[in-house]
This record gives sequence, structure tokens and C-alpha cells, in this order.
Amino acid sequence: MNEAVRFHYLVDGEDFSSAGQASVQVKKNLRRLGIPPEVIRKISIAMYEGEINMVIHADGGEAEVLVYEDRIVMILTDRGPGIADVEKAMQEGYSTAPDNVRSLGFGAGMGLPNMKRYTDDMKIESVVGEGTTITMTVLLA
Amino acid sequence: MNSYEHSVSLDLSRCTGCTTCLKHCPTEAIRIVDGHARINTGRCIDCGICIKICQNKAKKATYSRLDKVLKTTKYKIALPAPTLYGQFEDLEDVDYVLQGLKDIGFDDVFEVSKAAELVSAYTRTYLKTVGIPKPVINSACPVVLRLISLRYPTLKEHIMQILPPMEIAAKLALERAMKEHPELKREDICVCFISPCPGKVSYVRNGFGDYQSEVDEVLSISDVYFSLINVMRRGKEPENLSQSGMIGISWATTGGEASALFNDKYLAADGIENVNRVLEQLDNGNIAGLEFVELNACPGGCVGGAMVVENPFVAKARLQTLRRYLPVSQTLLSESERDYIPEDYCFDELPTYMPIQRLSTNFGESLRMMAVIQKLADALPGIDCGACGAPNCRAFAEDVVCGRAAEDGCVILRNQQLETLLKTKEEESKQ
Repeated sequence: MNEAVRFHYLVDGEDFSSAGQASVQVKKNLRRLGIPPEVIRKISIAMYEGEINMVIHADGGEAEVLVYEDRIVMILTDRGPGIADVEKAMQEGYSTAPDNVRSLGFGAGMGLPNMKRYTDDMKIESVVGEGTTITMTVLLA
Repeated sequence: MNSYEHSVSLDLSRCTGCTTCLKHCPTEAIRIVDGHARINTGRCIDCGICIKICQNKAKKATYSRLDKVLKTTKYKIALPAPTLYGQFEDLEDVDYVLQGLKDIGFDDVFEVSKAAELVSAYTRTYLKTVGIPKPVINSACPVVLRLISLRYPTLKEHIMQILPPMEIAAKLALERAMKEHPELKREDICVCFISPCPGKVSYVRNGFGDYQSEVDEVLSISDVYFSLINVMRRGKEPENLSQSGMIGISWATTGGEASALFNDKYLAADGIENVNRVLEQLDNGNIAGLEFVELNACPGGCVGGAMVVENPFVAKARLQTLRRYLPVSQTLLSESERDYIPEDYCFDELPTYMPIQRLSTNFGESLRMMAVIQKLADALPGIDCGACGAPNCRAFAEDVVCGRAAEDGCVILRNQQLETLLKTKEEESKQ
């Protein structure tokens, strides 16, 4: 079977308290597929960080998770402000998150670095004023 | 794990096959088959929600009957959970309950709350152990332990490896009995835990990891309560039996165990849904700065168990009054005792992860099945009515693909098909 199993989620930007829900759903589905727990953990952390980013910076977006026999691909798309300096955004500790979410413990500047750390490949395509698409791949051994 | 013994039974004559338990089961372990509820034992975590929620009283907790236990000629020791004390109105002193237990026929009584104070003291030491994964998750709620071993394999190492108070109470009670009565052998003694929940029944029957419980029989608080009220307070002053303080009694309610650590970096959550949320978040690694996490499957903590008599909030209020003038703790360890947690108070083998949700052992096959499940789920009405016997449309789709249910089980789909059929027939007859 070469076709991927596809999971699609809408990430609601209106309600901050629901942020992280897509990550929980992905985890549940990956368990059904029998993906090893360590791999699920990496994927759900990367997903969670990406989801939170979309809610904080871009008023939400969409998440698509494709499960192939040899890899899992997560594509997060938003129509937010875009990332002006991708290199800077990738630095640990750099954040443009507003104060109201910092009080909840977010905005530590670890989102993108964590997404990179927990996946085997990460690609950021971003156009200022138009939005951002992040594609992350985790290889299945 | 197929041999896992549960503690929930079904009275077929009372079960009407309604969808109440089906809808409330937190692990989607129940299906209605042939008009009756059926539990998937691999998924059941013995939380007791189905027992509490059933309007027909068809779901029952299985436990040892008090009258039977009292008939044995063995040396019987009662281990009352602190929740028991919260069941009585205007109870002035715990001693009345403990005396009552002796009066109904127990040879000795050992309070689980006393052992709980010991566990609290050792937990303070445990938290200082170098290299243990933080936050430490409490080991006292058997339902939470089972939930973690079935669903959260990465959190297994966080479980505190000190035995729950019930076990330590059993060990200490046995030691005392054998010291006071050297003629007794282990098999002459019957250790009876008086439990608020069926979770403990399963724990005692199955053990945890490779640990086997020292408790011989698990009794229900509700059962014992009705015998106790008959003998308690007949004008007689009780012996001075109680040896527990505020900390021990507080273990019956949420936050009691955590607050006894004198460390404010803790979280306490209760109710299985909340517990699941906390575990999910811990699993993602995004609850920072915590030392200890106290999780209790029942709302309000053990006072909310399925084998109690009193409303958990009433019981909690009573326990507050009862502990008011008690010393903080009646179990004090010397400095040297505090440094070292006795090895037989610990367990080292954690249960193996059971991937109960896995569709197939073959990944390619799982993927193929998932694709079919998604397709079928999209075709289903999505109203989660439960009439097919599964808790929701997605679960039904999974059941069909896994061969556990027939596709024509969906009443709504069948209705739609019938309507289309009728329409085509009508049109045919018009022509």
C-alpha cells in the first residue's frame, strides 16, 4: 500500500483553551496504528508546538498528517503574518509571543527548535503577509 | 493480560441494554451485544463508573462478603481505608469505628491512614532521590496505575515505586499479629482491606507488575458500614486505638497525599477525564516545574469510590471536622529512619505496556484498516447515538473493520437504505 492514511485537523485560532487538541487526536490515531510509543511522543510534541504556534501567531490554521509505511509527514499551514527572519526564529529563546500567552508559560522561544529536534526533517516555507507552511517528517525505522 | 481478573460483574436480568454505561466508559470498553452490556476486559481499568452510573443497578462490584469473612476461624485483621470514617454522621472519634470493627468480629484493626503517614514521610525522601524522572506520579490509585500501563508507556518510569498505604498496612499488621501471637502462621491470618472502590479488588487479585498483594480479602465499605452502625456507640467508651493524624485521614480526599509532602510544586487531579488530560499533557512534556503529581480516578478522591455509602462531598466535609484537632501526623520517623526507604516497602517491576488500541500487529495491515475505518466513519451519520451497541460512530467503524460488528448494525444507515428502496419502488410503480 503506497497511499498514505490521511488525518486532517482544523486548528481553531479563536479559542486558546482548545489549543493542543489536534495533537491529542493524532496521538490516539497513531496508537491505533501501533506506532512505537517513542515515535508517537516525538510526533505529538512536534505537532503540539506547531499547533500552539499557529494559535498564538496566526489565528489558527490547518494540520494534515500523512502516515506512510516508512514515514509520517505533518504539514501545518496557516494564513498568518509569516516569519520575517526564519533563521532568527529558529534560535532557541527567540520569541515574538505576546505577554498574555507568556503568563501561561508559552513564548519561551522553544517551539520551532523543538519541532526541528523531534523530527527527522523540517521545512519552513513562509511569505510575510501571506502565511507559513511547515512540513515535518519523522522516519519510521 | 487475558487472565486479568476484573471486579465488575453484570446482572443480566437487570441489564436492559440501555446506552448509559456505554456512553460513560472512559476507555470505550463496553459494547451492547444481544441486548446486554459486555465489557472488553483488555480495555477495562476497573474505574467503577459503570457501576455508579447504571440506573438499573445491573453493574455490580465484586468483593468478598463480610458475613462470609467473619465466619472463618482465621485470625482476622481489618484494614479500614480512611474513607470509611467519612461515612458516619456526627462521628466524634475514629476510635468508635475501630472499636466497632473489633466488636463485629475482627481480631485486630490496623488503620490504612497510619500506613499512609509512613508513605508520606518516605515520599519526602523519595523525591530527593537523585536521577528519578520528575514529576513523580503517585502509586496509590490502582485505576490510574492500570491506565498508565495501558495507555501512557512513556510515563511508567514516573510512577513512585513505594507501595500504596494498603500494602504497607498489610505488612505491618501481619508483623504485629505474628509478634503478638507467635503460634500463628501466615496461612492462619486473614488480612481484610475495607475498600472504597472495585479498583482495589482488582489490584489485590492481579498484583501490579510482579508484585503480589499481602491482602487476602477485599471488603466493601458499604457492606461493612451497615454492620458497623448496628454495634457502634452503644454507650460504651472505645479503647484508644487510632494512631493516625491529619495527614493520614486526608489521604481519603484529593490533594491529601500531595499536600502532606510540604512541597508546593505539586498538582492534584481527580476524575478519570481530568486524569487523562493531565497524563496527556505530561506525556507531551509540557507541564514544567512539578515535583509530584497526585492522580485519583474518582471525583473528589477515594471518597468518590463506587463502594461507599455517602455522597463524596458530605464525606469530605465530615473528614475535615474529624481531623480538625488531630496532630499533623502520628507517625514520626527519626532522622536516620527518614534517610532510607525499607526495600520491602518498594516495588521494582513495572507492568509491561499493553498496546490495547493497536488495530493489527502488522503496521501495513493497520494502515490499510485505518483507511477503511476512515472511509466507513465518513459514511456513518456521526450522531453517536449508540443504538448499534458501540459508544460512537468511529468506534463502530473500528468494530466493523476489526470484525467485531456487522456493518448493517447502524440503524440510521439502514433506515436511509430502506427509504431509498421505497422511493425507487414507488417510482417504478408510477411508470
